[in-house]
Amino acid sequence: MLRIFEFLYKLRAFLLFVLLEIIAIWMVVRNNSPQGAAFFNSSMAISGSLLKTQSDITGFFSLSEENDKLSAQNARLLKELIGQNSMDSVSYAPLDSSFKASFEIIGGKIVGQTLRLAQNHITINRGADDGVTEGMGIFTQNGAVGRIKEVSKNFSVGISLLNTGLLVSSKIKSSDVFGSINWDGKDTQVAKMLYVPRHVTPSPGDTVITSGYNAVFPEGILIGTIKSVNPSENQNYLDISVQLSADFSKLNYVYLVRNTSIEERDSLYQQAEISDEY
Amino acid sequence: MNIRNLFSTIIWGLLLLVIQIFFLKNLALFGVALCFIYLLLILHLPVNISTISLLVISFLVGLTVDMFYDTGGIHAVGTTFIGFFRPIWLRIISPTGGYDEGTSPTLQEMGTGWYLTYIVPMTFLFSLLFFTVDQWGTMGVFNILNKSFFSSILTVLLAILVQALFYKRRRSIL
Repeated sequence: MLRIFEFLYKLRAFLLFVLLEIIAIWMVVRNNSPQGAAFFNSSMAISGSLLKTQSDITGFFSLSEENDKLSAQNARLLKELIGQNSMDSVSYAPLDSSFKASFEIIGGKIVGQTLRLAQNHITINRGADDGVTEGMGIFTQNGAVGRIKEVSKNFSVGISLLNTGLLVSSKIKSSDVFGSINWDGKDTQVAKMLYVPRHVTPSPGDTVITSGYNAVFPEGILIGTIKSVNPSENQNYLDISVQLSADFSKLNYVYLVRNTSIEERDSLYQQAEISDEY
Repeated sequence: MNIRNLFSTIIWGLLLLVIQIFFLKNLALFGVALCFIYLLLILHLPVNISTISLLVISFLVGLTVDMFYDTGGIHAVGTTFIGFFRPIWLRIISPTGGYDEGTSPTLQEMGTGWYLTYIVPMTFLFSLLFFTVDQWGTMGVFNILNKSFFSSILTVLLAILVQALFYKRRRSIL
């Protein structure tokens, strides 16, 4: 018995090494599974506030550019508003409940993100206290950005669209053909559109937007434009590259959106035993 | 290791972590070469440090970086492996007459030739492990090797540059 202990004692460094590696790998696996939660992530109080300080400093230098973008968006919204007001005087019909807007939008700022890995994440300075919940969509006026994965009190972490694990349900605007946007891990400007059948003939330049089937984003949020269309190795589908419209290296202010009818939809899906993609 | 050395090692370690987390996180030369300068924190610990404490330090450093990178535990996997492999590799490439008591394996103390044989395989192994875990199943072997190769080169170059600029001759840092 003593010999066994002596033997184990001699091996203690190796045993500790194996133990630590198992812990680390287990954490990676947990972090990458859709249901799993990372133990240590950038939404924690210390790392979150450190990242926020950094972004406060760097954000100062891009303020004028952000202001330009916001005023452009304001102008566009004002135009729409004026158009709607003038319609009011002509006729008014109460909308059917199925058309009721069921989206809640929160503004936020990106305080940290990774760009260079295969599994990229975004940290945002809004948390549970501001009404952020898991599964909310993240977008900017330029296009879809990702989806919230974890929420702490004051910060939240989202899976970036530049993450090989995220699928976003989408459609080609001109032909209403549905597919899924998924990043292939290569170019930070280009993603793939999957599951578009071969009989469809999309052409480069076509706009790709989020589909209404999507439980995360409202219908019609821009994702990008088609860059190239090639026949793929798979006999059934086309190989489509999409130029992303959001510039991930310049993200600053974002909007978080929640579909308030998502619970009803989820429970319906569960009854029907459909597994939803994001 | 006396108190003064311990103190300067801690300051130096924090500085490396801050640089890694706030400046090098999204840096990638030509889209393939990442820089893991914080590995110097582990690689430059004194030669006679016990394997157990080396492993624990490596694991904690990896976790800290993971926290800011949102990578779960990918850095920790790599750094723990480096921590385990370091004493073995140091024994293999031990110079004739062995190491002096309390020596740190740095450029200034060991000379360029020895230092390169020490740091190149270590950073390459780390990068290889890092990218293998990061891109698990999503990309080919060539992509992983490509990224590991260029990342380790960039890391080594920066490591040499940092030491040429900031290390004084005998072990006193900054």
